[in-house]
Amino acid sequence: MRVPMTWLREYVELPADVTARDLASRLTLAGLEVETVDELGTDLTGPIVFGRVQEIEELTGFKKPIRYCRVDVGSANGSGEPQEIVCGARNFSEGDLVVVSLPGAELPGGFKIGARKTYGRMSAGMICSATELGLWEDHTGIVVLPEGFGAVGDDAIGALGLREDVLDIAVTPDRGYALSMRGVARDVAALYGVALHDPAEVRVAEATGEGHPGAIADPALADRLVLRGATGFDPEAPTPLWMKRRLHQGGVRPVSLAVDVTNYVMLELGQPLHAWDRDRITGTVTVRAAEAGEKLETLDHVQRSLDTDDIVIADEAGAQAVAGVMGGLETEIGASSGTVLVEAAHFDPRHIARASRRHQLSSEASRRFERGIDSRVQLVAATRAVELLAELGGATVETAYTHVHHPSEPTTITVRAGHAGAVAGVDYPEGTTQTWLRAIGCAVEADGDVLTVTPPSWRPDLTDPNDLAEEVIRFEGYENIPSIVFKGFGRGLTSSQRLRRAVGRTLAATGHHEVLSYPFVGERDLDGLQLAADDPRRASVRLANPLNDEEPLLRTTLLPGLLRTLARNVGRGFPDVALFEMGLVYLPGTGTERAPLPPVDRAPTTEELARIEAALPDQPRRVGVVLSGAIERAGWWGPERRATWADAVQAARDIARVAGVELEIEAAVHAPWHPGRCAALYVRAQGERVLVGHAGELHPRTLKAFSLPERAAAMEVDLDLMEGARSKVVAPEVSTYPVATQDVALVVDASVPVGDISAALAEGAGELLESVRLFDVYTGEQVGEGRKSVAFALRFRADDRTLTAEEAGAARDAAVALAGERTGAALRG
Amino acid sequence: MSAPNNSFDPVEVTSLHPDEVARMREEALAAIEAAADLAELKEVRLAHAGDRSPLALANREIGALPPAAKADAGKRVGGARRDVGQALKARQGVLEVERDERVLVEERVDVTLPWDRTPTGARHPLITIAERMADVFVGMGFEIAEGPEVEAEWFNFDALNFLPDHPARTMQDTFFVEGPEGGESGLVMRTHTSPVQVRSLLTRELPVYVVVPGKTFRTDELDATHSPVFHQLEGLVVDKGITMAHLRGAIDTFVESFFGEALRTRFRASYFPFTEPSAEVDMECFVCRGASVGDPEAPCRTCSSEGWIEIGGCGVVNPRVLTAAGVDPEVYSGWAFGLGVERTLMFAHGVRDMRDMVEGDVRFTSAFGSEI
Repeated sequence: MRVPMTWLREYVELPADVTARDLASRLTLAGLEVETVDELGTDLTGPIVFGRVQEIEELTGFKKPIRYCRVDVGSANGSGEPQEIVCGARNFSEGDLVVVSLPGAELPGGFKIGARKTYGRMSAGMICSATELGLWEDHTGIVVLPEGFGAVGDDAIGALGLREDVLDIAVTPDRGYALSMRGVARDVAALYGVALHDPAEVRVAEATGEGHPGAIADPALADRLVLRGATGFDPEAPTPLWMKRRLHQGGVRPVSLAVDVTNYVMLELGQPLHAWDRDRITGTVTVRAAEAGEKLETLDHVQRSLDTDDIVIADEAGAQAVAGVMGGLETEIGASSGTVLVEAAHFDPRHIARASRRHQLSSEASRRFERGIDSRVQLVAATRAVELLAELGGATVETAYTHVHHPSEPTTITVRAGHAGAVAGVDYPEGTTQTWLRAIGCAVEADGDVLTVTPPSWRPDLTDPNDLAEEVIRFEGYENIPSIVFKGFGRGLTSSQRLRRAVGRTLAATGHHEVLSYPFVGERDLDGLQLAADDPRRASVRLANPLNDEEPLLRTTLLPGLLRTLARNVGRGFPDVALFEMGLVYLPGTGTERAPLPPVDRAPTTEELARIEAALPDQPRRVGVVLSGAIERAGWWGPERRATWADAVQAARDIARVAGVELEIEAAVHAPWHPGRCAALYVRAQGERVLVGHAGELHPRTLKAFSLPERAAAMEVDLDLMEGARSKVVAPEVSTYPVATQDVALVVDASVPVGDISAALAEGAGELLESVRLFDVYTGEQVGEGRKSVAFALRFRADDRTLTAEEAGAARDAAVALAGERTGAALRG
Repeated sequence: MSAPNNSFDPVEVTSLHPDEVARMREEALAAIEAAADLAELKEVRLAHAGDRSPLALANREIGALPPAAKADAGKRVGGARRDVGQALKARQGVLEVERDERVLVEERVDVTLPWDRTPTGARHPLITIAERMADVFVGMGFEIAEGPEVEAEWFNFDALNFLPDHPARTMQDTFFVEGPEGGESGLVMRTHTSPVQVRSLLTRELPVYVVVPGKTFRTDELDATHSPVFHQLEGLVVDKGITMAHLRGAIDTFVESFFGEALRTRFRASYFPFTEPSAEVDMECFVCRGASVGDPEAPCRTCSSEGWIEIGGCGVVNPRVLTAAGVDPEVYSGWAFGLGVERTLMFAHGVRDMRDMVEGDVRFTSAFGSEI
């Protein structure tokens, strides 16, 4: 809502020394956020005066006709002689009153006026157009003023209102009343404690009879309809300058007098109006729901298919307007309209909101209707409009008019007088609530401590005690709410929250950079991951309105985002990169039912909540890692070490270690990993073996699809599943007896996984084993084709004694024996 | 069995003769003094203090002496050995110091050589700053609550008093999830962290003091100031006797801990469906502290010379929300706030472009390290 200060001052007795900026900060704190104060005309300097065209000489021989004019500007030019000005406009005649910028003047936009030679003549000044003066947009010619508007030679800046401060207010959805001068004026008057002159407070004479027939088909669509006519309207009558200027300052484009008047009254009172050409209306005007299949071409020349939920204004020939949104082209008021019918109605806001959304049409009218307008101002507004048409367009107001009204019970709110203070935490003096509520137009009845409040018809947003509290607190000043420090009852972070932080720190400490990639993916990403057609990761949550049509899906794995980010870093000159991401993936559930919308006047039932949860996708938290290039750099210490599948597996091990769970690892074939270099990662939870993720080198085709360097590796684990395998640490008893170390070298078939041998050794070694660690793998001639030698260090220790060499040897032999039995491993001779 | 040779005179055992012991001692001490390095000293030790050294051999002879002579000989030999031992120790010390001085100098390295063999990584500053923001409130007795990112419309809108046709429901540019066969799913990507208010009230015991850091989603194209994925920190308190003054206290504590002591905050009346009364929260510009307002000579880039910086929205929990969450608004009241994590990072650390926080460039994260 754009509010010109001079217009506002017509309704509020604001002290003269209150500037637009002062008012802007007061209003902003009080909930009418002034986004900008436009100081129009501050870049404009005189002399700009009224002049009378004395003589026009038509110049020919140029590309366009040019006029050489002599304009009387009185003594404003110092000489008293007519000013000689070359002018390209043609919409004026000798004797017309015009606006002249004399040399030395400066117009908006830094346009300096001087005397110069043009079209072969000296031109000293300019006859101004509305656009040049910043009045409104008009490219049809110069401003020709009505006789008597000003005296020749007088300053025109003040008389034309070229300087004006305009507040631009961003009105929140609850404050529909503030989309009118009247509504803003009321808040301003209350804030400054000054008198308000309500422009809607006018007496409307009783109708002398029924006007144009009108009806409301369903009171649920509208509860008030006013039709009021004016005859003998002169469609050629111009809109007066003051109205055009206010419309322009209010952000509305002047069109024609009939339209301008309806817009003016809308800005003034907040009531959108429609001016019909009555000659084009057939029979009764009805507010009704659109019929199935009904169509209407609206003013913007769009043929619209109406929905049965749309409200229309119809005559007997059919729908003529989408109510509260936009009028129809056919009944548009035009250059020949002599009889105007002004329609004012109060429509159901929800219908208008839906229609506006459905037709993707947000108009000045719909913005007001959907936020809630005054439900009683329609007759005043229609009357005001026809009276303006009479005054400015020579029309005669019809004393008969139509007023259809379905009355409804007024809302009353019961609230304790001290409620606002209890909400704010401030002890307001007695009577504070009543004072402010009355200032905004409420009727308040006090019964001891209990107030019964009837909000005014222009405040449909006031329905609850807290709405009233907000009104009191904002006028008392939000800035006067004190600050009290307090203490809650929290018990700190959960173990899951602490684990996540620890995982993040660990991965960062081991060289990984955290990224937060978008969860949006497309089929192409899933193809790039080499997922089979039936891979469950292809079953994705799909967005109805994705930002990018190529990426309508939500991720089922963290890898696409990580791989793209990796490629971006490589492209920016960082080929040696390790990244990680911790975040949710979205796995569609099996439920097919739409998530229900239980009523909100009570808590949802357990069953309703269960249905909501069943409709939600499973959203586990994953950790993903990608690596490429050198994980250890080359330097004076030696060559670089490239990241491999093993670093990816190690990242998973590090996470498991932070979580305090043991990872079991075995070979797997799983996209998008290299089929020979992929590890499946398991944990044990409640005795069950649970797959938590995969790690290894990426498949060459995936690398190609994501434009990644060779041998890049990746890991992804489900942190929730890992957490499920956590158990409380029981402190070990630390034996102080010496360790007995035994190394064994075993020869096995090259295909036997080390993990199996290691596990067999550990199991076979029994309780005395402290640790088993692989320290060498050898293949070559000495062990024979297809064989490998693996060397392990076994450490034994007892809790209660120093182990003898025999005991340690026996445990080692048992370990080797079981490894031999399980894997065919033999001690290397 | 033979009795000890009582008449044996130690003087008659050559090696125990006082002169001989003195000679051995002198020889040993001279050799020790002459040892030029630790290796030589080791040989000297072997020759003069080892098992087969003259003094050690002499010592063995004592056992054969008559008791009367033992003490005297023992004292003589023991004294000599002790002197040799002390001299060895002293010389060892001297030679070690000499060696250390020489060797340690020889072993000197260039400690300015770089060791960037295994570069460290970094956590994302949006994560670490969100943790720090949350921790300010954890310190005030809040717990951290969480909820799903794909959320039911009921939690994201209805329960928060966004009624089906409320204009606010279209104000937020929501990602809607497609239902089976293109129909409606009743699901959205949460447009704010506020649905966790309702989840917390439904699942936790009262009173509730929680903060909710998390990802949120709106259909904004990525540019310097917008991102379709961003982060909020929601706060919620529901208890008996809770007022806006406590809300202001919580906000003030946050502002002071992030932006500086004694920074003023202000509430501006505003509108959110799930709070009533509602307010926008501004803090005094922590750079110019308002000095740039109306001073074109010294404009402030941080607050655009407004003097105030908007940091979030807040308000008293709308009793309708409490009702939908099964809390009796006649008994309990509360408030909630929402702070922008990106905005906090931008202001606290001078981030100028939203894209830097989105793209995952390692140069950006590196600057922040593992904690913020």
